[in-house]
Amino acid sequence: MTPDYAELRRRTQERDRSLREKVMSLEEAAALVPDGASVGVGGSTLSRTPMAMIWALIRANRKDLLCARSITSSEGELLLASGASRHLLTSWFSLGIVWGVSRIMRLYTEAGRARFEEWSHLAVGLRFRAGAMGVPFLPMRSMLGSDVIAQLPDVRQIECPFTGEKLVLVPALNPEFALIHVQRCDAYGNAQIDGLPFMDLDLAIAANGVILTTERIVSNDQIRRAPDQTKIPFIAVEAVVEVPFGAAPHECYGLYEPLFAHLDAYAAQIRGDPEEGIRAYLERYFYAPKSWTEYLHLLGLEELLDAHRRGTSIYDD
Amino acid sequence: MTTSAASYTASELLAVMSARLLRDGQVVFAGVGIPLLAATLAQRLHAPGVTILFEGGVIGAFIKPGQLPPSTNEQRCTRRANMVLGSTEVLLLLQRGYVDVGFMGGAQIDQFGNLNSSFIGNPEHPATRLPGSGGGNDIASLTQMIVAMKHEKRRFVNRVDFVTSPGFLSGGSSRREAGLIAGGMYRVVTDLGILGFERRSKRMQLQALHPGVDADQAQANTSFELLIAADLTVTDPPTDKELAVLRHLDPDRLYTA
Repeated sequence: MTPDYAELRRRTQERDRSLREKVMSLEEAAALVPDGASVGVGGSTLSRTPMAMIWALIRANRKDLLCARSITSSEGELLLASGASRHLLTSWFSLGIVWGVSRIMRLYTEAGRARFEEWSHLAVGLRFRAGAMGVPFLPMRSMLGSDVIAQLPDVRQIECPFTGEKLVLVPALNPEFALIHVQRCDAYGNAQIDGLPFMDLDLAIAANGVILTTERIVSNDQIRRAPDQTKIPFIAVEAVVEVPFGAAPHECYGLYEPLFAHLDAYAAQIRGDPEEGIRAYLERYFYAPKSWTEYLHLLGLEELLDAHRRGTSIYDD
Repeated sequence: MTTSAASYTASELLAVMSARLLRDGQVVFAGVGIPLLAATLAQRLHAPGVTILFEGGVIGAFIKPGQLPPSTNEQRCTRRANMVLGSTEVLLLLQRGYVDVGFMGGAQIDQFGNLNSSFIGNPEHPATRLPGSGGGNDIASLTQMIVAMKHEKRRFVNRVDFVTSPGFLSGGSSRREAGLIAGGMYRVVTDLGILGFERRSKRMQLQALHPGVDADQAQANTSFELLIAADLTVTDPPTDKELAVLRHLDPDRLYTA
């Protein structure tokens, strides 16, 4: 994921960066991503997870994606169990602290069926930032002295040429695709993000192309009325897909909170027999539905409305 | 006014005792669970001016009672915050030196305060793969730390299986020699007492016991030899007010069961 600089530039220069419409279906967007591609996943933990895009990639039977994310939750479990990925690069991986240590993560990583490449949270962030800056590495002061660094082949420790202090150098991360879910964008891919941005701005610029999913497509005029709200520029974006509740059962800031009852049921189903539990979950929620709308039907109107009520309550006093 | 030991859980004791360590005006980088709860408790009691930072990208949050976030990365963390920002940006505030106290839980700790949240057993063939560092390594590397965790022999080990988040590494000056020139372990708060680190050796040292606990009990729940401070004290039990506020914050016992 740390390509040659000339190659990195060439691939960016080659892309059509004009102000063009790029609205497509989930299936068309999934077809852009080949087996084995490196993919940066936007959001963090249960927030603004590009769930609909992951859902589409798993349904398209995509294999061996290298997935990098700040913090990984149930989408990582589903990527592993479906075979879409056998290599996750992240700082923390489990459904969430209230549900305990992920049985799927344990099942796959302890037996060596998949790789959980662990970096500190800041290290993941600075790797995306170096990627976005077009430099091969960035220095940092954490991870020194720990065993986290001892596990990682791609880091260097140096003495600072100015001060002589010990520093860790982390290499740039330039995934081929960034999957990012946002509240709204226009047909060109000018994306506005409400609330927590996580690492998505760096990830978008670092990647060779962003696949945006959005709760709503708005007009370019609306974007131009508040350009200060635009966090990802259209020149970085390769695809725009409108997907309401596109992060469900995770949350999308200001619109819906996590679907906690669904996540509780999911966690309980996996606790019993992890392998069979997640296979049945994938079958029911990922493979069986004919469309994203049908998936939302399965999640249930009652739960979606409750999550929406909780989500919009962030703007209440 | 005090309450009897039987009337609160071990997690509630941890939350109350660690909240008391925070001082008004401090900038506190809090992990999810007991740390988040304890920092919020301190805000509502003796330290209303505590500024809470979350690695999801939040400065100065006031968590709403009964609406605790499932991690430090959801919208509930931003309630009444002064600012939301990128997770890289908020973590860089640690490196820049804006944070007084890092505050987190722990799965396994050793006599030098090193924390393991990555592997139980040999990392090549682990008995258990744990969720990993998250911001833990960054927080422990870059600021003073308070850790809140249950005091059990299997958690308090001579040497952690894997140093996820550095304490004083192999003791003495080894942390500084590794290049970690700031921060370090300050206190470990358990359900049995409060521990610090001896000034020179950087070995864990019992500094206070909770009511009804004796030093032998603390030692019996620790796999290495505990140093004992010459001025070992006894903590005051949680007050009715502390417990009432805590239960108001976490009515569903999400983090204090």
